[in-house]
Amino acid sequence: MSVEKKEKEALFSPKNRKLLINPLHKDNPITTQVLGICSALAVTAKVKPAFVMTLSVMAVLAIGNVIISILRNGIPPRIRIIVQLVVIAGLVILVDQVLKAFVFDVSKQLSVFVGLIITNCIIMGRFEAFAMGNKPWESFLDGLGNAFGYGWILIVVAFFRELLGSGTVFDYPIMEKIGVYNFGYENNGFMILPPMALILVGIIIWIQRSKDKTLVEDK
Amino acid sequence: MQELFNIFIKSIFIDNMVFAYFLGMCSYLAVSKTVKTSMGLGLAVIFVLGITVPVDYLMNQYLLSAGALSWLGPEFADVDLSFLSFIMFIAVIASMVQLVEMIVEKFTPALYTSLGIFLPLIAVNCAILGGSLFMQEREYESIWQATSFGLGSGVGWLLAIVGIAAIREKIRYSDVPAPLRGLGITFIITGLMGIAFMSFLGIKL
Repeated sequence: MSVEKKEKEALFSPKNRKLLINPLHKDNPITTQVLGICSALAVTAKVKPAFVMTLSVMAVLAIGNVIISILRNGIPPRIRIIVQLVVIAGLVILVDQVLKAFVFDVSKQLSVFVGLIITNCIIMGRFEAFAMGNKPWESFLDGLGNAFGYGWILIVVAFFRELLGSGTVFDYPIMEKIGVYNFGYENNGFMILPPMALILVGIIIWIQRSKDKTLVEDK
Repeated sequence: MQELFNIFIKSIFIDNMVFAYFLGMCSYLAVSKTVKTSMGLGLAVIFVLGITVPVDYLMNQYLLSAGALSWLGPEFADVDLSFLSFIMFIAVIASMVQLVEMIVEKFTPALYTSLGIFLPLIAVNCAILGGSLFMQEREYESIWQATSFGLGSGVGWLLAIVGIAAIREKIRYSDVPAPLRGLGITFIITGLMGIAFMSFLGIKL
């Protein structure tokens, strides 16, 4: 009886690279999968909290995906949601403590939204859609890819909101340095307010779907 | 009594879960295609919030916050279990949602089938956990204040989702540009509704 040796897939084979790249545009968690909207809008008043939020979600999603993937054959289907919630809650508690220890001011700005990573649909969504049926390395890449996809939208929205709303980028007063205030330019306070985040994401979706006709919804 | 009423009104209009804090957006965007299902989901959210916020308040008061365990004995007075809040709150919410699911399945099976997967998804609806976390952050003085906040937040969420569903039903007959169809225009409309709700910010309660 000949035993076929299973070919080990390369760490960064084209299939694996797709896991990292697809969520950036085609399968973007926010604009295509419609997941993770809540935190995406609420923490984007400035770039710094958006960046910290992206890193937190990346940590929870990537590590969580690996844990669930390792456990996937041992979880009884009936209590699957509870197990996933426990894994996420545990990771978020860790992330919250790390944030409180190292970047306390940003942690205060993020306030309840760090806790709300637990209910961030992206994490549960990817656990169910991917980690429950795939191997650990692939799940890790999928977690990273989706976190990147989520992150770039957050940072773009935060960039415009902070630049046009407070005249700064990552707390660097760029508008002051350029000197536009001398010409009568005023910061658009409206951009700091929540509704503008919604409209900015709408515009990003508009641009994304104009460039890629396959994403347009049918009537 | 006045204080309770103020908190109730404040959490519907001024601290609206959807327009001020963006909580519950995923199910808000996904279920708002018709007014009927939105109404059903909104009522379920009010019910779940109205029960989980007071229960979590009691848990916070007597179990989790710093010094809360002092009723057990003086040696427990410096125990601070607040880091367990996330897990405890989620446990309460998951069980409440399971209960609501069983009630809805028994009494209104039509609503149960039309809501489908979104009924159990209330458990991970950020608005529910957010309600409890805000209650913990704002340190309400009594369980009645907490309940008033929970119910008000639920009503605010219901208002938002029924509003957007009504608008979405109407714009089906409008000429929306193809790339904006569906998700894009919903985001922009929600943003405009948010701007409208900001007019309530000037009200001092």
